[in-house]
Amino acid sequence: MKEFLLVFRRDAVTREAAPSPEQMQAMMKPWQDWMGSLAAQNKLVNSGNRLSSEGKVVKPGKVVTDGPYVETKEAIGGYIIIRAESMEEAAELSKDCPILQIGGNVEVRALVPMD
Amino acid sequence: MEHLEMAEDIVSDTFLLASETWGLKGLPKNPTAWLYTVSKNKALDFLKHNKIFTEKISFEIKQTQSIVNETEIDLSNKNINDSQLQMMFAICHPCIPTESQIGLSLNILCGFGVEEIADAFLSNKETIYKRLTRAKEKLREEKIKIELPGQSEINKRLETVLTTLYLLFSEGYYSTSQNTTLRKDLCVEAMRLNLMLVENEQTNTPFANALLSLMCFHSSRFEARTNQNGEIILYEDQDELLWNKELIEKGEHYLNAASFGNKLSNYHLEAAIAYWHTNKADTKDKWENILQLYNKLLQLEYSPIVALNRTYALSKANGKQEAITEAEKLNLSGNHLYHSLLGSLYKDINNTKAIHHLQIALTLAKTIPDKNILLKKIQHLEQIKNN
Repeated sequence: MKEFLLVFRRDAVTREAAPSPEQMQAMMKPWQDWMGSLAAQNKLVNSGNRLSSEGKVVKPGKVVTDGPYVETKEAIGGYIIIRAESMEEAAELSKDCPILQIGGNVEVRALVPMD
Repeated sequence: MEHLEMAEDIVSDTFLLASETWGLKGLPKNPTAWLYTVSKNKALDFLKHNKIFTEKISFEIKQTQSIVNETEIDLSNKNINDSQLQMMFAICHPCIPTESQIGLSLNILCGFGVEEIADAFLSNKETIYKRLTRAKEKLREEKIKIELPGQSEINKRLETVLTTLYLLFSEGYYSTSQNTTLRKDLCVEAMRLNLMLVENEQTNTPFANALLSLMCFHSSRFEARTNQNGEIILYEDQDELLWNKELIEKGEHYLNAASFGNKLSNYHLEAAIAYWHTNKADTKDKWENILQLYNKLLQLEYSPIVALNRTYALSKANGKQEAITEAEKLNLSGNHLYHSLLGSLYKDINNTKAIHHLQIALTLAKTIPDKNILLKKIQHLEQIKNN
């Protein structure tokens, strides 16, 4: 079994794309059910964290800019670590992630074990 | 710890003497004090006869003997509880394996004999005897003191103590031993020891309260979960009038007492799940809450049983179809409970499949009560099919 980092990204720039508090509340159950499902398969290594939308980026020359690092218009909303036999299985497990329902995406990256 | 066997011999001797003398002369005025005084004198006799003792410090004892003999024994409940707590921490020391900690707790703290412990563990006397002897030797070698650990260490050590009590309780609650009285005794003893932790300022932590709450909720169903023949009655078939209301209220009390601090333990989550089960009626709210608690419990720690229970809650909260899809991902096909779960999920959706899974469960089940439940379910489904 290998470990994989799942990074959740979604549109953080377009104002209309931001979920309302009610929508956020409604998103809680599918997220918890999905995490529970991964955990029930003994495939959740670490429940990770949700990230606040605030942030700063420090660039060469000690330049600090406001806002999270945004490539195109997507920002990282959170991450978890899962356990899977292969990259294919890790991607398969990500297909049920609720972020896909609101136009976000999941980046799957294998962790490189420390020696 | 080095005189543990001696202490045990003295206690047996004292009780033997008590049964002889009390039978002839009747009960003394204060039986507890009588027992303590006799065993104290026996202990002093032993120490006097102990060779090393005589050679090395007999002189000093002669000087101080009069003082030793006059020492009053503190028989207050507090002192007795404190000594038992100290012993509990000494026994539940991480240097000996968990099963030995449970065995020693039963033996030393609860006064169970080797035979009873063997019965509870579905093992034999020799194995248990060896296990206990080895554990005592280890505690002596490691020079474990009979005392409460210091403030900095107490929380970590308390974790081991709580685990042992949790397993002790589970041993009684879920054991397949046919001896119902013994199983109930294990649960009662686990609760008594846990109560001592809660009553002591240093060990009265949210975790200890959460565990006690869990035990209260579970044991409230003790009378309802078996019939006269000792067969298990499933939750949904239990007569809720047999549930013990007093224990349910106690459970709620300790659960409230556990809701402090910023750490959530599996005991909190399991107690909260057990709390929701004290309402028999199936409501959307009940199963949604249970499902979310199971989701959290699994994120804290994976266990196959919890994964199966979570899937059952999922069927109640989100529907059977979703639960079947989820169940098939669990990869637990060697477990009879897995097939038993699929049997109940497929019921009324596809009864042929339901019977198929129940039959696999029947071949995998190990105990007679489990097999009987499965046979009943299969018969019931076959009747529905044939009608």
